[in-house]
Parts: sequence; structure tokens; C-alpha cells
Amino acid sequence: MAQLTTTATSGVRGPRRPDTPARAGRPRSRRRTLTPYLMLLPALLLELLVHLVPMLGGVWMSLLGLTQFFIRNWTAAPFVGLRNYRLVVNVNNAAGADLLHSFAVTLAFTVASVGLAWLLGVTAAVLTQNRFRGRGLLRTLFLTPYALPTYAAVITWSFLLQRDAGMVNHVLVDQLGLAQDRPFWLIGNNSFVALLVVSVWRTWPFAFLCLTAGLQNVPQELYEAAAMDGGGFWRQLRHITLPMLRPVNQVLVLVLFLWTFNDFNTPFVLFGRAAPRAADLISIHIYQSSFVTWNFGLGSAMSVLLLLFLLVVTAVYLAAPSYWARSRRRSDA
Amino acid sequence: MREPAWLPWVRRVVLSLLAVFTLAPIYVMITSALKPLRDVQGPFRWWPSTFTVRPFVDIWHTVPLGRYFVNSVIVSGAATICSVTVAIFAAYAVSRYRFPGRRLFSVAVLSTQMFPGILFLLPLFLIFVNVGNLTGLELYGSRTGLVITYLTFSLPFSIWMLVGYFDGIPRGLDESAQVDGAGPVRTLFRVILPTALPGVIAVAVYAFMTAWGEVLFASVMTDDTSRTLPIGLQGYSTEHDVYWNQVMAASLVVSVPVVAGFLALQRHFVSGLTAGAVK
Repeated sequence: MAQLTTTATSGVRGPRRPDTPARAGRPRSRRRTLTPYLMLLPALLLELLVHLVPMLGGVWMSLLGLTQFFIRNWTAAPFVGLRNYRLVVNVNNAAGADLLHSFAVTLAFTVASVGLAWLLGVTAAVLTQNRFRGRGLLRTLFLTPYALPTYAAVITWSFLLQRDAGMVNHVLVDQLGLAQDRPFWLIGNNSFVALLVVSVWRTWPFAFLCLTAGLQNVPQELYEAAAMDGGGFWRQLRHITLPMLRPVNQVLVLVLFLWTFNDFNTPFVLFGRAAPRAADLISIHIYQSSFVTWNFGLGSAMSVLLLLFLLVVTAVYLAAPSYWARSRRRSDA
Repeated sequence: MREPAWLPWVRRVVLSLLAVFTLAPIYVMITSALKPLRDVQGPFRWWPSTFTVRPFVDIWHTVPLGRYFVNSVIVSGAATICSVTVAIFAAYAVSRYRFPGRRLFSVAVLSTQMFPGILFLLPLFLIFVNVGNLTGLELYGSRTGLVITYLTFSLPFSIWMLVGYFDGIPRGLDESAQVDGAGPVRTLFRVILPTALPGVIAVAVYAFMTAWGEVLFASVMTDDTSRTLPIGLQGYSTEHDVYWNQVMAASLVVSVPVVAGFLALQRHFVSGLTAGAVK
């Protein structure tokens, strides 16, 4: 088809400038350059509609005094400039202090969750690298939490974590006798641990999946060569396995970090609309500020700050390796 | 890898512990779904006092689970089909063409992954309401609105995975098709897609799972008629009581289709992920 069109067009143009054959190729090259854009168009439009435009809308709303009085007619909400921002970054008032606390909780939770998920993932991936009986079955089992719908899995965990009827307390208190009183898991300070366990349970299979896939690309000859040189298990792990996994790790850690940091589903299903203070993740915190106290301007300002933070983290994370490589090269030269 | 003598023991212990951790909730989900109500209200029991399938019957009456189920199937199915189609074209363009803005597009699309959903939830809600008022096209409270939202959630990762997959297909295949006179679209459908089918399937599974499990937008964007499973499942708790056996039965029922689909196709999923991740 492409060729037909090209010949037809160059046939029209041909007689006018018979001496410049390069011109004949132009319509085709324009066609070429247009095709990829046409193919990207649906994806672009959808991303614009669902992500970019609402995001800009969110930035705009963060500049408005959009409280419950203006919900029906939000265009009438007064422009307040940066007042919402000043309010939420001021740690001396309640809103600012709460946001800072929520941010600290989220950061601690995310680092712990991503670290544990990665550790479990890499351990299981390395231990299932060599064939053994039942490996396929075990892999399938490990992937199951990832396949389960979030709310079904998390609601099951909330049953396990019930104080009186739950399995966790039954094992810890009745069977192992590790505690005198039955602890609460879904309220109070323990809720942080509960949230962490559920989150790791849900995310480590994804790390396992990615790392297993990454390990399949490590050439067996590398291990054979290392074994011939007398390299033991740990040296092979340190000098072959982990370096070969670096490209996977780089993406995996970033994706896990962003997903966990923004996770709304797990705490929402586990705790409901209002999370306990010890597990007040930022997405829930903003949801509550927006939909429970109906102050959307304030909620939007917090969301924008959250986005800026994630942007900076991602940019630094992506730029750091190449920066290091460049400075190392410079010092080598 | 050659193994030291202690490794098999470490493997047995560590993998067993991980298996217990993984299985515990699944075990509780299955056994509790077969318990009578009194078993889940008192102290925890490892085994039902009597086996009963009542919870599986009751779940359909306690809340209109059937309707939620149909809604979820329609929303997730439509979102999957649209998302995969859109992703195929975009991935083909990124993989096979060198054009200004190519890198920008890839970065921009992946960066939508970092948007906190909460940031665009309310503006999107307002946009949907306004579009509805202006054009009569009902997006808020309808399944269409959810489909549009969900398909963009899986889009970035789907494009990324498919680009990896397409990159692995030798260009010689495209070129020989083009020599035979096929244009880009025909090349895509006749040559690339059949070769990349496992990757496409993996992406479809991912898109379906994403839509099937989403909670935040489902909780705000739906009304009584368009409510989907994630919100429907909260209907088993009343002020005084939670019918845990029914909750577990319903969780099991909504999990089985996606888990079965995922596990049946997991091989493709792993290879699709490998193609996307190792670049």
C-alpha cells in the first residue's frame, strides 16, 4: 500500500522536476514520520484525558479555597494562591504536623516493604534457580498472592488479624503463648506491622517473578567458568548473579517503590476510611482530608506535594547511576 | 550453578517457610468459606466443625453479588480489550520507528505510573460529570467511565512490556513482509502479532487483573447500578456483625477466575516480563 501511494504521488510530481529524484522520496518520508504518531495517538489521547488534564486540574484546584461550600459549584471557589500549600507545610499547625507524620510513616513503610519484598524475592529466585522436584509447583504457589485481587486478599488478611476470631492471635497467643493479652492488629501501634506484613505478602511475588525472569538470562557458562576458577556459592552470587540482575533490579526497585508509596488499596481495605495513626499512609491521609472533611483544595495541595516528591526521587534515582558512571570515567581518564 | 552441600537444606527450610507464609491466608480463605457462621464468630478453628456450602449459596442473596460480578466482568473485559489494542499500536510505533519525541513519549507514559491516583481522582470525577452534562454521554456512575479510567492504568506497563517483546522480533521479518507489499498495519497484524502472541496474552492478563482489583476509583465513580466487586464485597459487614464465612466464600469466588487465568498463562507472563525487563 505504502509503495502504491508513493509511486502515485511521485508520478504527479515527477514531470515537474524530473531532475531531482530525491524529491520523489519526500512524500514517503513524511508518510513514514506520520505513521508512528498516528499509532501513538489513541494512547496519547487517553493518557491526556485520564492523567494529564486531571492532573493539571488538580494543580489548579490546589490553588482554590475548595471547601464543602463550593462542592456543587466548584468554579465559584475563591482563588487563594498558595494558601493551601502554606497551611500544609507549616508543621506548627495541625494540618501540617499531620501531613509530616503521615509522610514519615509512609516513607518508613515503603522502605521497609520494598526492602523486605526484594529480599524475599531474590532469596526465593536464587533458591529456585536450579531444577529440583516440585519447583514448578512452588513457583506457581509463590505467584498466587500476586494474582489474587487486592481486595479479596486484603479482606482475608483482615479476618486473619481479627483480635478474637483471627488466626494470627490464635497462633501467637493460644498455641505459641508468646503474649498474655491478645494484641489488637488493626488499631493502635501494631497496625503498622500488620500493614507491612500484608504489603510484603502482596508485593514480594512480583519481585520474585521479575528476578526469576532475570535469572533465566544469566548464561550458564559464567557459573561453569567461575566454578572452574574455584569460586564458591557466595562468590558466584556476588560476582555473577547479583551484577547480572542489576538491570532488572533497577526497574524493579523503582516500580515497587512507586507502587508501595502510592498504595491506597491495601490500607483502605484493611482499615477502612480512617487508618490508625501509626499506619496513616499518605494516600489514605489525603483521601480522608478530601472526602471526609470535604476540603478538596487542601487535599489537592497535598497531592501535588506528593507528586513533586516522587518526581524528584525518580529523577535522582534514574540520573544517579549514569552520573556516577560519568564521574568515574572522568576520574579514570 | 554448582551447589555447596548445605544449600539443599537451606533451600528446604527457607522455601518451606515462604510457602507457609504464602499459603496461610489462602488456607484460611478456603476453609472458612466452608464453615458455618458460629465457627467464624468464636475463637479461630483450623478445621470447620461441620462442612457446609451454605456460604456459597448465601453470598448471592446477602448482597446482589451477581450484578456486581457482571459489572466487573464487563468493565474489566472491555478495559482489557481496549487497553491491549491501544498498547499494541503504541508499542509498535516505539519499537519500529525512530521519530522525534520517541524517548519523550516513553518517559512520559512510564511516569504516569508515579502519579498518586488520589491527585487525579477528583478532577477526573469533575471532568466526567461535566462531559456528561455537556454531551449527554454518561461517564460518571457508568461502566464506560470506569472502562476508560482502567484502561489507562494498565497502558504504561503494557506498552513497556510489548516494546520489549517487539524489539526481540527480528526486523528481517518486517522487511520481508514489506517487500511483499504489506503496509505497516498489515505487517503488524500479519507478522508481528502472531510472533508476539505470548507477550500480548501476558499483557492482556495484566490489564484484566489491574481492572479487576482496583478499589479507589471504583469506590467513587460507581453508583448502585454500576457497582463492581471490590465495593460490593464490603456489603457483608453490617453494623453488628461480619459474615466472615460469606466474605471468604465471596473472596474465593471473585479470585478463582483471575487466579486460574493467571496461573494458566504464567509462563507467557514470565517470558513477556523478561522481554520487557531485559533491555
